[in-house]
Amino acid sequence: MSSLTVTALTKAFGVTPVLGGVDLHVPAGSFTALLGPSGCGKTTLLRIIAGFDDPDSGTVTIGDRVVAEGTGRGVPARRRGVGFVPQEAGLFPHLSVAGNISFGLPRRQRRDGGRVRGLLELVGLDVALAERSPHQLSGGQQQRVALARALAPAPSLVLLDEPFSSLDAALREETRAAVSAALDAAGATAVLVTHDQAEALSMADQVAVLRSGRLVQLTDPQTLYRNPQDLDVAMFVGEAVVLDADLRDGTAQCALGAVPVDGAHPDGPARLLLRPEQLRLSPAGSVRDAVVAAVDGVDFFGHDARARLTLPGGVTVSARLDGNELPSAGAYVGVTVRGAARAFPVGAAHAPVPLQPSA
Amino acid sequence: MTLALAVAVAALALLPLGHIAWYTVDLGWDGVRELVLRPRVGELLWNTTRLVVGTVVCCAVLGLGAAWLVERSSLPGRRIWHVLLVAPLAVPAFVNSYAWISLLPGLDTYAGALLVVTLSYFPFVYLPLAAAFRGLDPALEDTARGLGLSTWAVFLRVQLPQLRVALLGGSLLVSLHLLAEFGALQMLRYPTFTTAIYDQYRATFNGPGATMLAGVLVLLCLVLLLAEIRLRGRRGYARNGRGAPRPVRPVGLRGLTAPVLLGLGVLVVLALGVPLASLGYWMARGAGADLDWHDLAATTGTTLALAAAAAVLTTAMALPTGWLAVRARGRVATLLERSTYLGSSVPGIVVALALVTLSIRVTPWLYQTVPVLLAAYAIMFLPRAIVTVRSAVEQAPPLYDDVAASLGSSAPDRLRRVTLPLLAPGIGAGAALVFLAVVTELTATLLLAPTGTTTLATAFWSASSSLEYGAAAPYALVMVLLSAPATVLLSRDVHRGVTT
Repeated sequence: MSSLTVTALTKAFGVTPVLGGVDLHVPAGSFTALLGPSGCGKTTLLRIIAGFDDPDSGTVTIGDRVVAEGTGRGVPARRRGVGFVPQEAGLFPHLSVAGNISFGLPRRQRRDGGRVRGLLELVGLDVALAERSPHQLSGGQQQRVALARALAPAPSLVLLDEPFSSLDAALREETRAAVSAALDAAGATAVLVTHDQAEALSMADQVAVLRSGRLVQLTDPQTLYRNPQDLDVAMFVGEAVVLDADLRDGTAQCALGAVPVDGAHPDGPARLLLRPEQLRLSPAGSVRDAVVAAVDGVDFFGHDARARLTLPGGVTVSARLDGNELPSAGAYVGVTVRGAARAFPVGAAHAPVPLQPSA
Repeated sequence: MTLALAVAVAALALLPLGHIAWYTVDLGWDGVRELVLRPRVGELLWNTTRLVVGTVVCCAVLGLGAAWLVERSSLPGRRIWHVLLVAPLAVPAFVNSYAWISLLPGLDTYAGALLVVTLSYFPFVYLPLAAAFRGLDPALEDTARGLGLSTWAVFLRVQLPQLRVALLGGSLLVSLHLLAEFGALQMLRYPTFTTAIYDQYRATFNGPGATMLAGVLVLLCLVLLLAEIRLRGRRGYARNGRGAPRPVRPVGLRGLTAPVLLGLGVLVVLALGVPLASLGYWMARGAGADLDWHDLAATTGTTLALAAAAAVLTTAMALPTGWLAVRARGRVATLLERSTYLGSSVPGIVVALALVTLSIRVTPWLYQTVPVLLAAYAIMFLPRAIVTVRSAVEQAPPLYDDVAASLGSSAPDRLRRVTLPLLAPGIGAGAALVFLAVVTELTATLLLAPTGTTTLATAFWSASSSLEYGAAAPYALVMVLLSAPATVLLSRDVHRGVTT
């Protein structure tokens, strides 16, 4: 396993800039998610790291080896030792599962059934699948075989290009868990490209948020969720309650009353970020200081629910509830805030190209 | 590199068209008027047109009815009928024509020609229609029935509109084949442009006369191609459907079962039984006389060698075009692919004529040599190879190349372990289709084969032209036997049948 360092990487297709100077460091043995909306350049970045495309400028370093530098042709993909798991698994249709897994092994080791069995077990698949054809496997099984194939030559780095996006919800959870476990067991450095923030937050050690070809924030999942760089990142990585507020001495006055604010922020007008799970509902009038809000509707998800509320002054917000006691639409409830809010300057509330939160 | 090769292939395919165009311009308006605007051309035009229209109508009716019966009705033994309805393709039209005229010499009329070519060509309409029926969503028909439509109304208002593309495609195929048909019509002594070009060429070696007739013939082909594009409109290809999600509930024939079975039986007997019986009869008559096994074996050997060489050459030529059409999608690739198809839609007699003239004038040392003959085969049968190669390349996206590279595989290693294994089935199928087409090719071979080189088709032709029906039969039989595998291929993979 090796670390990965990307410095000042740029790439344009024709006159369209795709990457505008990306810096990224992935420590050896870590799992990093590249998170961004479609078209932000994350797949291009991945293809340059893999060696399928050349950058216009900047460097890519794997371990202590520079594999791409500036405009010249870098180290070819086949000499980089980078495993690649494509979106649709990309198993060779003319080879069996065993043939696929052993594809990257030296000729003498290809016949070694033990290696293939070991790799199948590593990704949590039945060894009886070895002689199957790829088309006889389910989507999740195909992804696991693709991972086993990528891990077989013991790469210094594994790249995964949205490997779970074509799976249905139930299979996705199961495959994610198997892939995480296999990567842990192999001790591989891994980079996962995804547009699914839940996937990035739950799987990765660190998340790199990409927006319009630039790295916006690189941090661990908890910090990213609780302390996002700006409101756009905040809204992209999770549901957000955003309110106009007036800040004084670490307390904000907003439609939800007085709310404490984390971190240093100059006094004056600001935009306030809360998460829906920070809003607490109570029967109207039962709690002092609670703001009374009208319930517009309730979306029930089973394990929890979301209430859509209109605050005095007409601002609409969402509150996340455990699914036990739900208010009914049209009722009035009291709303209090748990914990502190984050404050952002008013002017820079929106980046030029906003991130679109994905479903 | 690939682009240069594809351009060269397209240029070769367009050679006959270009030759005719250049010749016409060179001749000038007065020369063209003198050669084209005369009663003989009008007579040929009338003959050709009424035969094309009559055959297309007959084939459409037979093909549509048979496809509906096999795919949508409660006809007993539907799989067997399907094979039997495709099987006439194994009998080359000129062999079918020989089989009929040798039994019934009175068939040298319009009606006789219509009968024989319809029996030979209706599978070209049947195949795409059967595939299209299979691709139709039965849920639509159920919905229509739920809205109160009768079986007949469902057919007219729901199925027929969706079958339009397949019906037009099949009809175009029949028309183009008919415009190019030489052997069958010559044997029935029914003069069309193709037979007239041949006669003119043989009788007087009359360059301008034959070439101008060829020009009119090419114009007819282009008009048909344009008409088909216009009529097809912008609708998608319904026949590319992935098959019905639910099994079809066949329409009960009830009391009509017996008459329908009888009708289909008569059709199969006429299209398949009569030619086979006639062949058998002449084999029995001629076998006792002077069947020269040595000659037959030598001719078969020559034919197979020519067909194999043409298959390898044509498939190799199809690779750059097929590759670019998928991997470098865009105007240039489309233009190259289309111009290759356009060049290849020209009848074999025109290709042969152009190559004869050009090789005499430009490269006399190549006249009547195997390379020119192979070039003619390549021009005529390129689309068969391109279509199969193209679909094979579609099965091998560049992703596999990237993945193999990331696994440490070098470029030659990737070609050997990934690209070629993925392309092999498509390349093989394309080569097989070209091979089988060359085995029964008559027109171009007659004009271009080196002196002393006989193929099964030309040996059959010279024997049957001199009315030695018994001597011709063994050659015909070998051709039918060699064509049978192609028929199996076609009855399985219906899309390929639509491409030539």
